[in-house]
Amino acid sequence: MQKTKLSWFLKLMLLLSLAFLYIPLAVLVIYSFNASKLVTVWGGFSTKWYGELLQNDTILEAAWLSLRIALVSSLAAVILGTLAGYAMARIKRFKGSTLFAGMISAPMVMPDVITGLSMLLLIIQVQMFLQNSEWLQALYFNRGFFTIFLGHTTLCMAYITVVIRSRLVELDQSLEEAAMDLGARPLKIFFVITLPLIAPAIASGFLLGITLSLDDLVITSFLSGPGSSTLPQVIFSKIKLGLDPQMNVLATILIGFIGTLVIVVNYWMMRQATKREREAAEAYRQEKLAESA
Amino acid sequence: MILKNLKNLFRRPGRSSVVAVPYIWLLVLFLIPFVIVLKISFAEQETAIPPFTSLTSFDEDLGRLNIVISYRNYAEIFQNFWSTLGEMFNPFGGHGDNIYLQAYWLSIKTALTTTIICLLVGYPTAYAISRAHPSVRNGLLLAIMLPFWTSFLLRVYAWMGLLSTNGIVNNFLMKYGIIDAPLDLFYNTFSLNLVMVYAYLPFMILPLYTQLVKLDNRLLEAASDLGAGPIKSFFTITLPLSKTGIIAGSMLVFVPAVGEYVIPELVGGTDSQMIGKVLWQTFFDRNDWPLASAVAVTMVALLVIPIVLFQHYENREIEEGSK
Repeated sequence: MQKTKLSWFLKLMLLLSLAFLYIPLAVLVIYSFNASKLVTVWGGFSTKWYGELLQNDTILEAAWLSLRIALVSSLAAVILGTLAGYAMARIKRFKGSTLFAGMISAPMVMPDVITGLSMLLLIIQVQMFLQNSEWLQALYFNRGFFTIFLGHTTLCMAYITVVIRSRLVELDQSLEEAAMDLGARPLKIFFVITLPLIAPAIASGFLLGITLSLDDLVITSFLSGPGSSTLPQVIFSKIKLGLDPQMNVLATILIGFIGTLVIVVNYWMMRQATKREREAAEAYRQEKLAESA
Repeated sequence: MILKNLKNLFRRPGRSSVVAVPYIWLLVLFLIPFVIVLKISFAEQETAIPPFTSLTSFDEDLGRLNIVISYRNYAEIFQNFWSTLGEMFNPFGGHGDNIYLQAYWLSIKTALTTTIICLLVGYPTAYAISRAHPSVRNGLLLAIMLPFWTSFLLRVYAWMGLLSTNGIVNNFLMKYGIIDAPLDLFYNTFSLNLVMVYAYLPFMILPLYTQLVKLDNRLLEAASDLGAGPIKSFFTITLPLSKTGIIAGSMLVFVPAVGEYVIPELVGGTDSQMIGKVLWQTFFDRNDWPLASAVAVTMVALLVIPIVLFQHYENREIEEGSK
């Protein structure tokens, strides 16, 4: 029948897309165990490049800096994103909500070079202001950890807001309303009812924030100062010069690390969802039993 | 007007602080920076720290404020605009000498090609996942998203190893005698478009999937009962109902792709001067901050319509989710 013909085509497309996405990664992983100095010629199995990478202080230091920035800015972005998502899903219409909605979604689409340039010019203006002010001169701050943190938080916040907002919109509001009828204060409702219900969205938002922050090169380049190079900056300057076997090793480690993390978090989220469904089904059954009794 | 809005926000404490905290953050770190870019785009380059002139100066003798606005940066971007445009569409060749116009044109062309290929590849993929059995759906979606979670730069690097002249693809083909001389796969339009599609494909698939998974199968069954073939029901039912996803996905690919810096720098040819790269070079290599700002302002002006379109459909998609 025609239907099977369509699904055959769809299956093929799905398979091709997955192959397209995974073949380059698979090749990277395989060639990370290459003994040859030439990156693209197979010279036997070896783990020597792993040893070299673990002694590369530039990369290790940059990785540590990136990790710290990623954790701090994702944390800040989750807090801001939860507030913003809540405002958009629950309060909806307030003065300036159109502008707010625009500012929330714009960082996702805005080209990185523009975001980076504009934030840097803001920082320069603040620096100039501090320098010219008699009282605030002592506050002069340099580009580095803090400025990168500001940029990454703003970028991550946009994505996290979308994740949390769509979860809140899907959520059944009757629980919150019931708590309100029972006299709970809004703050208590949020922490006792809403927050546990959107916890999976917050977790995946946090993870998304970490990945975005660990990945960003362009905004970081505008906002970082001398002496603060993040991992993407080091990788970029290395691969611009050509192929480097240590990069295959780095990629393999990152794929392994992030892949495991994403799968574990996803598994946990799916289990939470099935648990919730089971509880709801059980409650329904109890109710039916009580009714028939 | 913004001030008045903020004042209203503070009238109801508690609830309003929920809005005020992210609102103020975005105003200070997202909107105000654009105003500053706009301001500096009217300044001139200067050998000082920071390297641009101040727009205002106070004349103490006369007791007046002087404002100097320079349009020189915009004049540079738009110089010989029409003659270059004419040259570019001249069938007998010619490029014209406006490098900005050429860069904008190449950026839009590359971003459009990327968007169209992502749509052609992503639509059937997203559709296949949305029609898959619910038990495998999440796994498939995770499989599509997993590469997106791993480092973007290293994924681009993977293609450098595959495509370069003595890269893995050429080595492989030559070893088995399929070709005699290495294919020219790298540092050209082909590698640029290929890696752009690779990097942006998940951004197309995800919004399409969220839209397609909501599609009610009964509509398709009804169409089939009424005698519509699969092609007809696709064009009359599936496609119109996934319009929101198509537009959101296309904008999520198109707008950032216009300003892309990293991919053309790493895998594009020497002639692939996209506008993001021009801005980067103007800023970091020529140290001309006002001109870089003017390039950014022109770019934002060009992208305003797609960005507004994206925001409109993004909000609609989430609001529809509540029904």
